Amino acid sequence: MRSGRSVLAAAVLAAVFLLAAPFLFRPYGIFILTMWAVMTIAAIGLNLTLGYAGQISLAQAAFVGIGAYITAWLTTRGWPFWTTYLLAGVVCFAIGWLLGYPALRVQHHYLAFVTLAFNTLLYLVFRNEEWLTGGIYGINNVPRPDVLGWSMSRPREFYYFCLAHLALVSLAAWWLIRSPWGRAFVAVRENPVRALSLGVDTRRYTLMAFALGAGLGGISGALYAPLVQFVDPTPFSLGLSLNLLLMVVVGGSGYFFGPFLGAIVAVLLPEWLRFTQGFYLMGYAVLVIVLMVFCPAGLLGLVDRLLKPAPAKADVAIQREATP
Amino acid sequence: MLADILQLLVAGLATGAIYALVAIGFTLLWQTSQTINFAQGEFVMLPAFFVLIGMSYFGLSFWPAVALGTVVSIITLGFLFKRLMVDPMIRHGVLPLVIATIGLAILMKEAVREFYGADAQPFPPLAAVTNVSVFGAAIDVQSLVVIAISIAAVVALQLFLNGTRTGRCMQATAQNPTVARLLGIPVERMILYTFLINAALVTLASILITPIYLAKFTNGEWLGLYAFIAAIVGGFNQIRGAIVGGLLLGVIDNFAAAYLSSQYRMALPLLILIVVILFRPQGLLGRVEERTI
Repeated sequence: MRSGRSVLAAAVLAAVFLLAAPFLFRPYGIFILTMWAVMTIAAIGLNLTLGYAGQISLAQAAFVGIGAYITAWLTTRGWPFWTTYLLAGVVCFAIGWLLGYPALRVQHHYLAFVTLAFNTLLYLVFRNEEWLTGGIYGINNVPRPDVLGWSMSRPREFYYFCLAHLALVSLAAWWLIRSPWGRAFVAVRENPVRALSLGVDTRRYTLMAFALGAGLGGISGALYAPLVQFVDPTPFSLGLSLNLLLMVVVGGSGYFFGPFLGAIVAVLLPEWLRFTQGFYLMGYAVLVIVLMVFCPAGLLGLVDRLLKPAPAKADVAIQREATP
Repeated sequence: MLADILQLLVAGLATGAIYALVAIGFTLLWQTSQTINFAQGEFVMLPAFFVLIGMSYFGLSFWPAVALGTVVSIITLGFLFKRLMVDPMIRHGVLPLVIATIGLAILMKEAVREFYGADAQPFPPLAAVTNVSVFGAAIDVQSLVVIAISIAAVVALQLFLNGTRTGRCMQATAQNPTVARLLGIPVERMILYTFLINAALVTLASILITPIYLAKFTNGEWLGLYAFIAAIVGGFNQIRGAIVGGLLLGVIDNFAAAYLSSQYRMALPLLILIVVILFRPQGLLGRVEERTI
């Protein structure tokens, strides 16, 4: 109970900070915070796939890319933002569903390689199909949307716009994880055979976990395009997929707040510690390795362990399921 | 036309032989310790830099620098990698180790960029860069040397694994560690040997491939990918699978670049990978592995 209350207190503090932040930072700082919100949405999606349903995916960057290209292509041709936003989510959901089929046949590292191959193939398409994506020159001047006639084009407004999306996505994910669906995801992760024998349609839930994760990737991309206002292939290579995977795992895969924390470490800290240059990435890499050695459950898993000293092994598994 | 094909074939076999070396190391680690090394590409990138450091900072000539690079690689990429990363992590299962090796790949890349530089460095070739004419095709001598050395390395490895007591103990360890332990085989030491052999193989691959593609900190990205594809297409649990996969990949890659599209040369191996995983996950030559629950 105590830890529940401290989580709530931390969440309230974080929310207050996020609301006040645009008044504390210069435009570039606001841009980075907006990027954090956008990447967190993609990481929340991956956390559903990996953290809750236990299916490794190295293709999240591809979905962010699809979402970003759909939005950029259509809004620069005059389509309204909301249509393209929904389209990005739906298209990625559908492609994610299809990408889930390999997960029904192969597991673990094979799945990692299939999704990795998918990501790299898509990157080649983004780069080479100039008639569609503009190739390496990308798509310029992606407009920012209006909401009820109120322009979101300035950094502060657009930041609140993305923050609102993050809040909505978080609420939806929070609800999902506590719904029977979320329980079924965890069942598929922990023991697929048992889940199947208890009547859980593991097939459908595996596909659903992929599709939902991909859909959130698409939404993240739909916000990325108007944020940067320029879309080119480079950000959507395998590197971003690996980075998103590390965000989820470093924050704490299977913890609700894992992606938020992971994105802080991967998106915000590098900017604030820019004076350290390449050393930051090295330190980050060492952090990842050390975490995996001592606490594969990530930073939140570490916090969990420090708050509740030395629980029995069986308890950990139960707590992981119960802890949102 | 025929000359072109012959040229492409030899060049493809040469790069393919190098992929095969890397893929063999990859499968060895998987067989004996269920280690998936996502940093395998960086493992190939790094030894070349050890050699370059030996030459530029310690003023060694090429071969002593290669010897130094080999020793340093076997210690760091073999012994230390196993002791510091794999041993403490193996009890957590496959996934944390995958993540940790992704981290290791970033670490190695950034360390080279930070301490050595981001520019591509030339690397001395093993053989003089000349061509010989065979049936009217200009065959690069370097390719022939690469193929010859790779064959020698694979034959030596096979002789070691099948012909010596230690080699057979290693095979027993790979097939069934529990029974191997009961038979009194020092399983831990055998696993360590596979890590050392992997380090030696990537060092060899590094010295063979870097003269062709120059030494650059990003080399590991595509090298690792090609090694994975070779290992999976050939069969994850077979050395000969890795050889076939590597050679096939090198040849296909070269022909695709020449006749299909240089922009999409990477796409064909990836598509083959997806098709193989979906329809024959054990690989072209592999045994079926029981699905772990």
